Amino acid sequence: MRNCSVRHLGRIDYGAALALQQDLVARRKQGLVPDHLLLLEHAHVITLGRNGHMENLLASSEILERSGISFYPTDRGGDVTYHGPGQLVGYPILDLREWKRDVGAYVRAIEQSIIDTLGDYGIEAGRIPKLTGVWVGDRKIAAIGVHLSRWVTSHGFALNVTTDLNYFQYIVPCGLTKPVTSMEQLGVRATLGEVSEKFATHFARIFDFELSGAGAFACQPAESETTR
Amino acid sequence: MTDVVMPQMGESIVEGTLTKWLKKPGERVERDEPLFEISTDKVDTEIPSPAAGTLNEVLVQEGATVGINTVVARIDEGGSAAAAPKAPAAEAKPASPPQPVAPPPAPVAAAAPPPPAPEPVEEEAGPSGPLSPLVRKMARENNIDLARVKGTGAGGRITKQDVEAYMAAAAQPAAPAKPAAAPPQPAPQAPPTAAPAPLPPAGQARTRIEPLSTMRQKIAEHMVLSKRTSPHVTTVHRVDMTKVAKMRERHKATFQSNYGFSLTYLPFIVRASVIALRQFPLLNASLDGNNIIFHNDINIGIAVALENGLIVPVIRAADEKNVLGLQRSVVDLATRARSRQLKPDEVVGGTFSITNFGSFGSLMGTPVINQPQVAIMGVGTVDKTPVVIDDAIAIRSICHLSLSFDHRLIDGALADQFMTKVKQVLESWSEEVL
Repeated sequence: MRNCSVRHLGRIDYGAALALQQDLVARRKQGLVPDHLLLLEHAHVITLGRNGHMENLLASSEILERSGISFYPTDRGGDVTYHGPGQLVGYPILDLREWKRDVGAYVRAIEQSIIDTLGDYGIEAGRIPKLTGVWVGDRKIAAIGVHLSRWVTSHGFALNVTTDLNYFQYIVPCGLTKPVTSMEQLGVRATLGEVSEKFATHFARIFDFELSGAGAFACQPAESETTR
Repeated sequence: MTDVVMPQMGESIVEGTLTKWLKKPGERVERDEPLFEISTDKVDTEIPSPAAGTLNEVLVQEGATVGINTVVARIDEGGSAAAAPKAPAAEAKPASPPQPVAPPPAPVAAAAPPPPAPEPVEEEAGPSGPLSPLVRKMARENNIDLARVKGTGAGGRITKQDVEAYMAAAAQPAAPAKPAAAPPQPAPQAPPTAAPAPLPPAGQARTRIEPLSTMRQKIAEHMVLSKRTSPHVTTVHRVDMTKVAKMRERHKATFQSNYGFSLTYLPFIVRASVIALRQFPLLNASLDGNNIIFHNDINIGIAVALENGLIVPVIRAADEKNVLGLQRSVVDLATRARSRQLKPDEVVGGTFSITNFGSFGSLMGTPVINQPQVAIMGVGTVDKTPVVIDDAIAIRSICHLSLSFDHRLIDGALADQFMTKVKQVLESWSEEVL
C-alpha cells in the first residue's frame, strides 16, 4: 500500500494554506515527500478559479471587505466559491502517476469519498451528471476544484458541515444558480473533527492508501470556535 | 517541427478547453516548461512543452474546446531562425493569381483572414522576402497592397516591374474577370486603388501622442463605469450660509492660532450632510443587484484635486466628528493626498462623497457619482449676493449645493428632502465650533 501523510491543520488562512500547498507540490514533483492529504477550515474567503467569471461574484470588493471576507483569484479549476468556518476543506497533494493517470477518475474518487462520508451520517448524497461536486437532491453540499501540474494535484474539495450558508449569497456558487446545503441544515450535528476523521478513512480506502500523520483536527485550538 | 497536441487526461475525457497560452508565438520555450493550460471538468492542468524551440504557431485560441490529440500548436526546434510568427497575410492564398480588382470584401472576409489594411506598408519584409525601398515607396504612393502583387524576382521578390505590371492591370476595367451571376456593382464600390487617401507625410506633426498615466486611466475607467451604471440626476439648492460665515469669521483667527490650520466652509457642509444622511439612510447606501445595502457607517469621501488627476480620500465615521475634527481630517487627507502619502485603505470604503469645486470659482456643477455610492454633493462658491428676504433686499452669503444621485434608487422627492435638511442645518447653524 502507498503511504499518504494526513495533516489536520485546523483553521488556517487561505494564503497560508496556498503557500503550504505550493511548497508540497514542488517537493512532491521532485519525489521528496509522499502524497499528502491536508484537512482544514478557512476563515471567510471567496476564491475564483482560473476559468471563473467575475460576474458570479455578486458583491463588490468593498462589500466583501466590510463583511470581513477576503478574496483570492487562484489557479484551481472551477468558478467562484466561498470557504469559511464550519466547512471541511481537503487539499490532496497526490502524484496521479502512482495511482491512475486520469483526472476524471480522480474527481469521481474524491466525490465518492465525500458521498461515503455523508452516508455514515445517514445523508444520501450523489452526483449530478456534468455538474462536478456532491449533491443532496438538487442542493450542492460539496464543491470540487482541482489544479494539476505534471500529474500532481492541488486544491481539492469543500464540504459544508456547519457552514453559515448565508455567506453564499455573495456568489453564484461555481457559476450555478442552484442552492447549497450543509450537513447541519440536513439535521446532522457533527463536528469538523469527526467528519474529517471519517473522510480520511474513506479517502484512504478508495485511493488504496495507508494513512500516516498526527495532529487530530479536534486538538486544534481553532476547533472550539467552530463547534457550536 | 514538433506538433503539440491536446493531451489525454483520462479515460472518460474526450476533449479539453484550452484556457490560457503561457507562451506567445515567436517565444522561446524549453522542453517541459509549462506551455499552456487546459480545463477539463473542474480540473485545471498546466501542460508542459514536449520539445525545446520556438513556438511557431498557435492553432487553437484561448477559450476553444477541442478533442484530445488535436494539434494545438507547432514548435520549431531550429531555434536559430528566431521564427517570427507567420504573418497572416501569407496564409491568404498566395497561390491565387493576382486579381486586378479586389473582390468585394464583405462575403470573403468571413472565411479567410482579413487582408492587411491598405495602410502605408510598414513591414521590413513583404510577403515574398525583403522589399527594396523603391518598391515600398511605389506601393505607398499608389496605395497598393503588396500581398496582392506577384513577385517575379529572385526567390519571389517583388520588383519594380511587378508593381508596374500590377498597376497597369488594375487600371484596366474589370472586363476579363466578370463574375457570371454577379449583379452590377453599385457605383460607390470603388476599386481599391481609389481607396482611402494616403495619410499626409509625417513631416510637421499636428498632433502629439502621450500615453495616459495610470491614475488618468483609472479615473477614465471609473467615470465611464459610473455613467454606465447609474442614471445620474442632479438637483441644485441655494443655501444661505450667512450664519455659518459669521461663525467662521468669529473663530477664524483663534482657530488658526490654536490648531495651525484655517477654518473653511467645507467642514460645516460635511457636518450638515452627515446629519441629513442619518435621517435619509437611502442616500448612504449602495445598490447590489436587486438588494439595497444600507451602510451603518457614514464614511465621507472628499474629492481632492491633484496635479493632473484627483483622488477621493475618506473621512471614516464622519458622524462621530465635530466641525473641528472634520476640518482636521480634511486638511490632513488633502495634504497627504497631494504629497502622495495616503495609505491604500484611506481611499476605499466611502459611503457618500463631497466635491468642493467652489474653491475653483464654480457656481454649481453636476458631479459624477463615486461608485458604488449612490450620491455625491458638489459645493459651489460662497458669494455675497443680494437676495430678497421679507420683501427687502439683503446681502447674504449664498452657496449653491448640487446633489447628483442615482435615480435607480433615489427619486427626486427624496433627494430634495435630503437637500432641504442640509440647507436647514446650515441656515440655522447653532453648534459651537470651539
